[in-house]
Amino acid sequence: MRKLLLLITVIFVGILFIARLFYLQVYNKEAYSLYDDIAIRQEYHYPKRGYVYDRNGKLLVANQPSYDVMVIPREVEPLDTLEFCNLLKITKEDFTKKYDKAYHYSPRLPSVFVPQLSKKDYAVLQEKMRKFDGFYIQKRSLRDYQTSIGANVLGDIGEVNRRTIKNDPYYQMGDLIGKQGVELSYEKVLRGVKGVKFIQKDRFNKNIGPYKEGKFDTLPQPGKDITITIDSELQKYGELLMTNKRGGIVAIEPSSGEILAMVTGPSYNPNILVGRERSKNYNKLHYDSIAKPLYDRGLLAQYPPGSPFKVINALIALQEGVVDTDDKVSCRMGYYYGSRKLTGCHHHKSPVDMNDGIAQSCNAYFVNIYRRIIDQGDDSGDAMNNWARHAKSFGLGNFLNNDLSVGRPGRIPDGDYYDRAYGDNRWGSTYNVSNAIGQGEVEATPIQLANMAAAIGNRGYYYTPHIIKAIEGDTIPSQYTSLKQTTIDKRHFEPVIEGMFDVYNKGTASTLKIPGIDICGKTGTAENFVKIDGVKTQLTDHSIFVAFAPKDDPKIAIAVFVENGYWGSRFAGRMASLMIEKYIKGHITRTDMEQWILTHSLENEYAKPYSGEPFKINGETTLQLVDKVTATDTAHTNSNLQNQ
Amino acid sequence: MNLESRRSFRFDWMIIVLFLLIVGFGWLNIVSASHEGDIVSYFDMSQPYGKHTIFIGFTFVIIVLILSIEAKFYERFASIIYIIAMLSLVGLFLFGKDVNGARSWYGIGSMTLQPSEFAKFATALAVAKYMSDLQTDMNTIKDQLRAILIIFVPAILILLQNDAGSTLVYASFFFVFYREGLQQIYLAIVLSTIILGVLVLKYGIIVTAILSAIIVFSVYFFRRKKRASLLQSIVIYIICLVFSYGVKLFYQHGLKEHQQNRISLWLRLEKDPIKLEQMKKAEAYNLIQSETAISSGGLTGKGFLEGTRTTGKFVPEQHTDYIFSTVGEEWGFLGSAFVVILFVALIIRVLYLAESQKSQFSRVYGYAVASILFIHFTINIGMVMGLIPTVGIPLPLFSYGGSGLWGFTILLFIFVKLDSNKINEW
Repeated sequence: MRKLLLLITVIFVGILFIARLFYLQVYNKEAYSLYDDIAIRQEYHYPKRGYVYDRNGKLLVANQPSYDVMVIPREVEPLDTLEFCNLLKITKEDFTKKYDKAYHYSPRLPSVFVPQLSKKDYAVLQEKMRKFDGFYIQKRSLRDYQTSIGANVLGDIGEVNRRTIKNDPYYQMGDLIGKQGVELSYEKVLRGVKGVKFIQKDRFNKNIGPYKEGKFDTLPQPGKDITITIDSELQKYGELLMTNKRGGIVAIEPSSGEILAMVTGPSYNPNILVGRERSKNYNKLHYDSIAKPLYDRGLLAQYPPGSPFKVINALIALQEGVVDTDDKVSCRMGYYYGSRKLTGCHHHKSPVDMNDGIAQSCNAYFVNIYRRIIDQGDDSGDAMNNWARHAKSFGLGNFLNNDLSVGRPGRIPDGDYYDRAYGDNRWGSTYNVSNAIGQGEVEATPIQLANMAAAIGNRGYYYTPHIIKAIEGDTIPSQYTSLKQTTIDKRHFEPVIEGMFDVYNKGTASTLKIPGIDICGKTGTAENFVKIDGVKTQLTDHSIFVAFAPKDDPKIAIAVFVENGYWGSRFAGRMASLMIEKYIKGHITRTDMEQWILTHSLENEYAKPYSGEPFKINGETTLQLVDKVTATDTAHTNSNLQNQ
Repeated sequence: MNLESRRSFRFDWMIIVLFLLIVGFGWLNIVSASHEGDIVSYFDMSQPYGKHTIFIGFTFVIIVLILSIEAKFYERFASIIYIIAMLSLVGLFLFGKDVNGARSWYGIGSMTLQPSEFAKFATALAVAKYMSDLQTDMNTIKDQLRAILIIFVPAILILLQNDAGSTLVYASFFFVFYREGLQQIYLAIVLSTIILGVLVLKYGIIVTAILSAIIVFSVYFFRRKKRASLLQSIVIYIICLVFSYGVKLFYQHGLKEHQQNRISLWLRLEKDPIKLEQMKKAEAYNLIQSETAISSGGLTGKGFLEGTRTTGKFVPEQHTDYIFSTVGEEWGFLGSAFVVILFVALIIRVLYLAESQKSQFSRVYGYAVASILFIHFTINIGMVMGLIPTVGIPLPLFSYGGSGLWGFTILLFIFVKLDSNKINEW
């Protein structure tokens, strides 16, 4: 026993030490990462964010330098808070609050302490920064908008939120990321890749040189410039026309699917979302739940399209062979099923053939041919599915799946939809004749309608509408250069296009003719119900217009949607015609029409439901007259937030 | 001729190989822990690793000297060596140099010499000499006191020089005395002292009183043979109580604040999180840094000269007392376990050879060598890994420092010489 005491103790201690080592080094060990090593400092270098140009090479978005004060709470040493606060122009309370917030997020990761210093503050602070351990200045680049238009198209960048950081480890607190528009949809292209330098620290937190001679360092890769398909002149003109109205305009080049203009009203000046005022201004936009300036109506306003959808029915009827272009349908101010009036109509000559049916937008004609399509077989469900297949081939009823950051699918109901609603084979065409005239269950967004017009103008095909025209040193995704064929044969388009041409010649848009340009169009009116304090209330109809021009080899297809604009040619038709003239001729000859749009406002119409008083709609309303708005005003009225 | 070849192999090759491995691996880690910037030359005298290279070179001179001296010399001159060593310790009070608050060094030009490192082998020789004296009987109180006096002189002198860590080393002689016949009761006393001390600090005086009452009186009631009287049991119990209370008082008033904090952190006594945080900041910085450095090494380590914390000098005193954290970071679990195994093997080998000695002097000396190595190894590595409170002593033969390296080399190789001579003993 005496001989063994030391021996046993030695062996025991040896085993204990190896067990402890095993616990520390193997069992309790997290995967080693350079990023977590407190002996290594990471220094990030942010590349230039790519510029954005319009289709004519005009620079829209550039960069400006910005300086953030960053903090790593664990490395903060006691400091002269008063001096520091004075330099940063913050109060002691702010300091404590910001510090606690950063500490709460993570003691070892950098957080933004004070964002976006002015150049002057930066110059002063830079001299003294070494006195404040744990704080440093991070240079970034902010956006510098060269224009006051296109806020919804261009979008903006802002600080990345924690959820994104969790999902994508590329981002860190304080990094800037695209939030809307092309900044969001082309984030990865525009941002480039930030570079990182690993620096060996000593225990006093001083840099003692690059880690392993910079073996793991990476150089920043600059973001790529992009050219977008927008014509900034046309966009600007569209925004001017939209002043004092709410709605959306989408214009597409039919031969390529390139989006020429994408207007939403009301909008704002993109410059207000840059700099230290960004979050204040953003909140103002975000919480304006009435005008909704952040809601892109060109992409999101999903409504029954009304009459423009009639041309789709005409095409389907021709393709299915249930109607001849010369077949005439009589209209007695509506369509009667037995003695029951299924739908009304306005006053026009009767009977009508297809051409007049489209030009006069005769409801009875389209209900008639719609019933022929749906009732042609034994099973209306199958016929309805077939009808939906045709309609969907125009890019309706589903997401366009393009490079815009937001969108809605619209709706094309099919046979299964009604089977679910009424039961299998327990319904017929009379149950849903509203679809014939683009009301009822059919819904579409302006961009879908513009695309539909492009497909008609192309006589049967389209390219997915997209915003990207070119990426520096790269090609655009092939999905935007591959042709999408509709299910309608080319020969069926001519009679329909003639009908749309006659809408301008002798039909519902005959007052909107532009000399020298053959425009094909279709007016539309969408009934408008909203819930006010829980009560379903009808408001003035939405004004819709769809067109393309010129008739042969179209250069532009357009859809205009104006909230509470009443009938189609009243606001939307005028605006569409002006946009077409602007794009094709480059100047306006119909100044009377322009004058009318620029001096009429719908603001009083929008205020009505919120006034709390009884109000009238549609024909019983009067329009508000305003002083003619001018292009320079546009920037200011929309950007009045900036001056507050 | 035959005799000659046998003579060249009579030194224990296993100790020599273990010694070379420990010193060599130690040197690699000292290079890593102490280099600043690029390594120009391993003999660069402005850098610790350069100096240590020289120290190791001189070590071989010492080894040759020790092995060439007649084995009998060490036994014969043990007392004189001891007296010289003690005088050198006393001399520190007159000529010593203050380093970090401890007056343990002689300055000779730019070189420093730490006599306490040499006092260890001197004391081991003296203890061996005294115990092997035929007149010494470790069962008598008088001889026990004399033996204890031999180790108390250097211990007290070193304590007075403010080097508490080195003082603890002399506790290792308990193993030697116990091996040579100290009564069982002493082992019981040492163990109960440790248990009572920890118990009273961790759980307070009341729990300690109740637990010791249960143990003392159950021994009284259930032990049939050689039963202590009730009065004896009560006296033992009272001694326990007084001792416990004394430990508590000593902890609260007798210790310096940093010592108190180290024990508090070790036993996790502080419950107030704010105070604990302050205490950790003040006392546990080294420990936390060394523990995280060791943990970050993982299974295989980051590689020689690749440790980020070692390069960044996050662990203070890393090339001296905390050298093991470099092993942990750069060589990982495999390297650290290898070092532990090297030391355990060395100590067991010395123990084994000590038991096989024919002369009592050699056996006692060998035992002292094993005990001293063991206590250094346990305290140093235990401290670096946070198993015991922080006590500043080096890892023998491994840490940076000339005096330490030479002191342990002399300690070990005197035994190698004694061992080689055992065939000549009757």
